[in-house]
Amino acid sequence: MQKSTLIMLLLLFSTAAYYLGRTRSLRLVGGQIRNLHSLPAYYGYYVALWCGIPTLILFFLWTALEIPVVTQLVMADLPEELRSLPADRHSLLINDIKNAVSGHVAETKPELQAAVQHFIRLNSLGNWLLTGLASCVALGAAVFARSRIHKDQRARNEVEKIIRIFLVGSSLVAILTTVGIVLSVLFESIRFFELVPITQFLFGLEWSPQIAIRADQVASSGAFGAVPLFAGTLLISVIAMIVAVPIGLLSAIYLAEYASPRFRAVTKPLLEILAGIPTVVYGFFAALTVAPFIRGLGADFGLDVSSESALAAGLVMGIMIIPFVSSLSDDFINAVPQSLRDGAYALGATQSETIRKVVIPAALPGIVGGILLAASRAIGETMIVVMAAGLSANLTANPLEAVTTVTTQIVTLLVGDQEFDSPKTLAAFALGLVLFLVTLALNILALHIVRKYREQYE
Amino acid sequence: MNKSKEDTYIRSEGARTHAIVRAGLAKRRAAEMRFRLYGLISIVVGLSFLVILFGNIFSHAWPAFQQTYVALDVKFDEAVLVPDARFDAGTQASADYPALLKRSLYALFPEVTDRQEKRSLYGLLSSGAAHEVQKRLQEKPDLLGKTERIWVPADDDVDMFTKGAMDRNAEEGDRRLADSQLAWLDKLRADGRLEKHFNMTFFTAGDSREPELAGVWGAVMGSFFTLLVTMTLSLPLGIATAVYLEEFAPRNRWTDIIEVNINNLAAVPSIVFGLLGLSVFINFFGLPRSSPMVGGLVLTLMTLPVIIIASRSALKSVPPSIREAALGVGASQMQTVFHHVLPLAMPGMLTGAIIGMARALGESAPLLMIGMVAFIVDIPGSMAEPSTVLPVQIYLWADSSERGFVERTSAAILVLMAFLILMNGLAVYLRKRFERRW
Repeated sequence: MQKSTLIMLLLLFSTAAYYLGRTRSLRLVGGQIRNLHSLPAYYGYYVALWCGIPTLILFFLWTALEIPVVTQLVMADLPEELRSLPADRHSLLINDIKNAVSGHVAETKPELQAAVQHFIRLNSLGNWLLTGLASCVALGAAVFARSRIHKDQRARNEVEKIIRIFLVGSSLVAILTTVGIVLSVLFESIRFFELVPITQFLFGLEWSPQIAIRADQVASSGAFGAVPLFAGTLLISVIAMIVAVPIGLLSAIYLAEYASPRFRAVTKPLLEILAGIPTVVYGFFAALTVAPFIRGLGADFGLDVSSESALAAGLVMGIMIIPFVSSLSDDFINAVPQSLRDGAYALGATQSETIRKVVIPAALPGIVGGILLAASRAIGETMIVVMAAGLSANLTANPLEAVTTVTTQIVTLLVGDQEFDSPKTLAAFALGLVLFLVTLALNILALHIVRKYREQYE
Repeated sequence: MNKSKEDTYIRSEGARTHAIVRAGLAKRRAAEMRFRLYGLISIVVGLSFLVILFGNIFSHAWPAFQQTYVALDVKFDEAVLVPDARFDAGTQASADYPALLKRSLYALFPEVTDRQEKRSLYGLLSSGAAHEVQKRLQEKPDLLGKTERIWVPADDDVDMFTKGAMDRNAEEGDRRLADSQLAWLDKLRADGRLEKHFNMTFFTAGDSREPELAGVWGAVMGSFFTLLVTMTLSLPLGIATAVYLEEFAPRNRWTDIIEVNINNLAAVPSIVFGLLGLSVFINFFGLPRSSPMVGGLVLTLMTLPVIIIASRSALKSVPPSIREAALGVGASQMQTVFHHVLPLAMPGMLTGAIIGMARALGESAPLLMIGMVAFIVDIPGSMAEPSTVLPVQIYLWADSSERGFVERTSAAILVLMAFLILMNGLAVYLRKRFERRW
């Protein structure tokens, strides 16, 4: 039986259990609801939860353990010469069998065919076993819960307790995610730093991970210096900020202080469309249109511009970030109390003088926080640089040359075939760790500044 | 006397100030105008980027909705298709359909006899043309032995040529079609056998190495399954978290940590979620690589903060009087929240959820990490099959060197944008329709 059918069956069981509990409670008091402690529906939920939760737990445990157990059983039945293979060949063998089982490839070797048949047999046996077991558990739990119903039972409180546990559990997912990110990136990074010293990674000036594939020079290749990547990321982000900050800030000022409500109602959402466009679209735009355009422009002035110049990637990234800067600045400019503006007008200042000398300084902490958030977004942005920036690590400050970034390298190191103990793939996790820490620091700083500022005027 | 002296002093001092202010006034007014202009210019610049971006993609995408087809009178010859006079599903699949095409094509150009020439003549047709013939026969098995005019797709170079993307005056070595091929094409066109039709393949096919056979449907289905997983997980989890934090959680250090955490997660670069997915879901739990299931899980973790934050603000906007009234007539806290507060906050939560989903739909970086960049021809039918998603398909095509993929990339972008506009439009509609001001 298919797993999805089983889930449907379990849902059906739970629904039946709901009605079972409901009718039971009503019958106990002869239809006089006021004699019950809780509303009849709660008795229904009570039985349904009793029926559903244990079976669901069983189902997930079974699904998680099924494949490894079946694999073990199949392996144990393999001929001796196949079982005594070294570990890497062994795992290849397992992969072969699994592929044959899922029907992607036809298995040709006769000694494996038996194993494949065995695998399929065990799998279907397991599925039937699970179906039977789950039905028994569901039925037993429902009958047990039904027998516990009596008229003074606090069914509502018990159901609410379970819901509360679910609510608390969901809010822990956010924490678990962070822990998961930190642990997964940290562990692989530690393994990486066992192969390549951390000082070399952080301060080395040369980055060429491809060389290190050769087994005889793994750790000593000296090609894992990430400084060019940091420099490249910084260069592109700075270009992006140079584009985004003036345009975003000035538009925010105009929209907040000068624009008529109608102009604002039309323009603001239009500008925000820029933030909703998928980054892969920006990447395509940068690679197909902007980079050749800049290259052509450079050629007109006799400049030699790389076709993957940092300028193109940075420019397009800047366009993407404009709405972040403008909408955040807009919020903070609007949060400056009107009394400050009125005070400045009373002293005879013009509107622009008021804005420049009173409103902006008052909103500055918030604006800086917004800019920091935008910068962290620029640093972590991936698709634009993957598509429009270069791959070779170049330590340069010239925006017309090709540079590479941290995110680009993570993608190129991890896309495609990978083995999990080569420093090449592990390096991607070390870069991920750096990226995570830097953006985290920027975010915490920005949120701190923004919160401080908000308190000031509330 | 003293007083009048002071008076004149003040008056002259006032006059001087007045003069200074007056002298500076023109400058200050100019500065005011300039400042205003800067603001207006930056808005215009921002908007013109938007216009350029859209104009660029539209102009590139436009030709992709048409595809060049060649009409051939194909004789479904039994001698070629069923040499041993046995016609069933097996022989039908392996029959020599290209031979039929070649025969009818060479019949149009009897002067072509050289082998090399014949090959370059057949090269005008797409490598998937024979498949069209096969499909036609499967639809109508009684065509066997008869002749029918069939429109088969032309090669992508021919397609580019008919769309004017290839300069026929260029040196022969610089174009992808030879002089002889151009001559044949001219003859085909004169005979009315070369036409551009609506490109249905683009909307129904999966990925392909040949631009004329490639379509977005596989990626659309992949995106659909991925978003299905994301929605079924992130919506209940996000709303439950928001309800807990907003309605039940005590204000203490622990909930503070959760809050800070959620805010930070919202700003973690998406590629880091991809690293998490790779090492936890694929390497640790052993879930199938490249599958919408894993993609959906990663995107769930990514969109959860967005949904939580939106849901919390929706809950915040429900006035406390609703809660007090419910509690006042004896509802439990849980009943108050689930029967009264949640229904009122639902439109706001759904709006936030749709916006989160739209972001998930456009996301590609984390999916690159978990192997959804594979070249997949088949259209995925479930959540465990390898597949790709729309933005990643765009990335893959953008990397491709074939000229025909440029327009198809742009067209795929339009498809993606259409979905995004649809979703955001729905969110705006929901907000307008159900938003309540208290």
